Amino acid sequence: MSRIGVFVCHCGENISRTVDVERVAKVAGEIPGVAYSCEYKYMCSDPGQNLLKKAVAEQKLDGVVVAACSPRMHEKTFRKAAAASGLNPYLCDMANIREHCSWVHEDREQATAKASDIVKLMVERVKKGKALAPITVPVTKRALIIGGGIAGIQAALDIADCGHQVLLVEREPSIGGHMAQLSETFPTLDCSQCIMTPKMVDVANHPNITLYTFAEVERVEGYIGNFSVTVRRRARSVDDEKCTGCGVCMTKCPKKKIPNDFDRGHGMRSAIYVPFPQAVPNTPVIDRENCTMFQSGKCGLCAKVCGPGAVDFEQEDRVTVEAVGAIVVATGFKLYSIDRKPEGSPIQGYGEFGYGTIPDVIDGMTFERLASASGPTGGKILRPSDGREPKQVVFIQCVGSRAREKGISYCSKVCCMYTAKHTMLYHHKVHDGQAYVFYMDARTPGKGYDEFWRRAVEEEEAVYIRGMVSRMYQRGEKIVVMGSDTLVGVQVEIEADLVVLATAVQAQEGADLLAQKLGISYDKYNFYSEAHAKLKPVECATAGIYLAGACQGPKDIPDTVSQASAAAAKVMTLFSKDQLERDPVVAKVNEKYCVGCLACKKVCPYGAVEEKETRDRQGNLVKVTAYVNPGVCGGCGTCQATCPSKSVELDGYTDEQIMAMIEAL
Amino acid sequence: MHAAKIEHDFEPKVIAFVCTWCTYAGADLAGTSRMQYPSNVRVLKFPCTGRIDPVFILRAFQKGADGVLVSGCHPGDCHYMAGNFHARRRFAAFRALLGFVGVDLQRLQFSWVSAAEGGKWVEVVTELTERVRAMGPMTEFKSLETEEQWSGALTTPELKEAFDSVG
Repeated sequence: MSRIGVFVCHCGENISRTVDVERVAKVAGEIPGVAYSCEYKYMCSDPGQNLLKKAVAEQKLDGVVVAACSPRMHEKTFRKAAAASGLNPYLCDMANIREHCSWVHEDREQATAKASDIVKLMVERVKKGKALAPITVPVTKRALIIGGGIAGIQAALDIADCGHQVLLVEREPSIGGHMAQLSETFPTLDCSQCIMTPKMVDVANHPNITLYTFAEVERVEGYIGNFSVTVRRRARSVDDEKCTGCGVCMTKCPKKKIPNDFDRGHGMRSAIYVPFPQAVPNTPVIDRENCTMFQSGKCGLCAKVCGPGAVDFEQEDRVTVEAVGAIVVATGFKLYSIDRKPEGSPIQGYGEFGYGTIPDVIDGMTFERLASASGPTGGKILRPSDGREPKQVVFIQCVGSRAREKGISYCSKVCCMYTAKHTMLYHHKVHDGQAYVFYMDARTPGKGYDEFWRRAVEEEEAVYIRGMVSRMYQRGEKIVVMGSDTLVGVQVEIEADLVVLATAVQAQEGADLLAQKLGISYDKYNFYSEAHAKLKPVECATAGIYLAGACQGPKDIPDTVSQASAAAAKVMTLFSKDQLERDPVVAKVNEKYCVGCLACKKVCPYGAVEEKETRDRQGNLVKVTAYVNPGVCGGCGTCQATCPSKSVELDGYTDEQIMAMIEAL
Repeated sequence: MHAAKIEHDFEPKVIAFVCTWCTYAGADLAGTSRMQYPSNVRVLKFPCTGRIDPVFILRAFQKGADGVLVSGCHPGDCHYMAGNFHARRRFAAFRALLGFVGVDLQRLQFSWVSAAEGGKWVEVVTELTERVRAMGPMTEFKSLETEEQWSGALTTPELKEAFDSVG
């Protein structure tokens, strides 16, 4: 007979408000095999854990059920406490009577009955449970960082400085990301490139960092400590070993009128190009779609002028498989496309703002490029249509953000601040100009942020109008902006020379596809989900994968850098040990019954099932059975449900345990 | 503030087999968001829907479940890459078999509920509970189970009464 202890938690009042915890403890005490039951106000607190430890020792318990919150919250806490008292941690389970019971039901009678049932199920499960020993696996002390924006750069530098190898993979031809595009940054107005480019150079020069640009992650296999990642480095058509970055090829390229993405299409580049002058690496890329050589087979000027002979039209994609122990995902964001409804997306565009049809309606990032000294106008604020200096500029906030009817209900967090910054930059460059801002709320939490916003309003003379814009149209050279001032209660009409839209921050293009490759979860906006919103903000639910920056949700630079360093710290914690203890929830084969059909091998997503040959003394093959490599097994249990002879079993979720739970219903 | 409690003459038993990564987390989210749903559901957690053996569903019906829910990650979102696809294929075949032996398939529900879909969890559970409630108790397998357990003949009224009370 088992001796199981049941500990019912009040969770302050969170559980006891709707569940009669005393009755649950009493009912639990009457379940056959339960030797001890009690209730306590906070089981997770120190005295609560001590109560558990003491009971295990005094009552000689051989299993523990803690009826409290979700196991996703505190299973580790209680398993640790159980282990400290000498009980095998895998004989400690949680009955979730908070998230699955007290918080979702109002009727005290029904909630109490349900809580008692949940406890009963878990008691049956623990009764049939087995003591399991953790599996140790070696850790590959090399990290993969996906994305070379400020988040990826910071994480890479931190991990590399700690002495570990880092592989940084960036999709674009240069690292730098969105931050490299910015002119100046709030709230200090320091030049983005001045603080960014030294870090980019550090990455390129760091002996511990391998940098793959113009590359993408194709496949991810393995598990924490032992990932195997397939990376495709797309053909640059320029040999990065030979190229010195002199740039002669770009000056000689006859195709020079290609809109540059980096300048949001307002600057021009050649077909062989680097996205911006400070690009790292400064090895150019040939844009094959626009290159005359690739399109018609005639030209090759760049190859002729290249001293070291680095241009290679025949270059092919290089695919390598890299072994890494941890992955930091720092893929960043994209900006809301306002001109049209993206195909297949539930999110709607803002046709009423005339973006794409009125040339002087631009988005915030374009304004950054106009204001940037390295931008297409050399830092002068000039209208795209006629190159004149705009004297009246209207800024519109929350374009896409906080608009449930358009499909995005969240706040993009950075727009209030960067719009305030834009008004300042504009005022500094065009002294006789006037900036107007249409806003819903000014949200400026953050160190020095509200002071910054107040400065824009009080000292830099930006006129803030609380209300939204209903319509915009071109009248002569002006754009008529019609909106309402809800504080005064009047309709406003402004004749603007330039309109800047503060567009929403959205998840990066293809974020969902990458998540599927990595096996991490994402929310309905395709932002990646952390393991716990408060207590595990940088870890993914998938062990060994960490998040940094705006791929998780809209973030400003200070938050992104902090999170990147936090993710790096997590990676370094993982790398501090040579061996890693893994959850022993893995499948095992009973060779006695296995008929060697290997159906399990076909369904195993990890390739953990191997064929094992049994031979007699003469070396004759007696039979072939399946064998599960515990280091590779992920513990999904698909093999067990597939096995026709029921000879493979997933520890922690055995048929016996599950059947016992069903029997207890 | 609270809606008046509706009295029902039949409280169905609903068993949910869920995966830990998506649906269990989705149900947790329903909890943290303080959404309300019928208390009839009992949740059994699995690492993956791929682990769920059709036998579990049969056994649940036999042990008195009036409705069974199987729920996991959306296609493509499986934590174990493909477990939910194996589950989907397995249950497509199993459903046909269950229908063949005479179980009303309205009692068996499959769904994808992600970790972000607390609201969908509430919807799915509420809908299944209310549907099963309207259908009444599931008796076919339950009596079979009782007969299995009861070896002797029901010769006296006392034995007959005891038998009925078990069923």
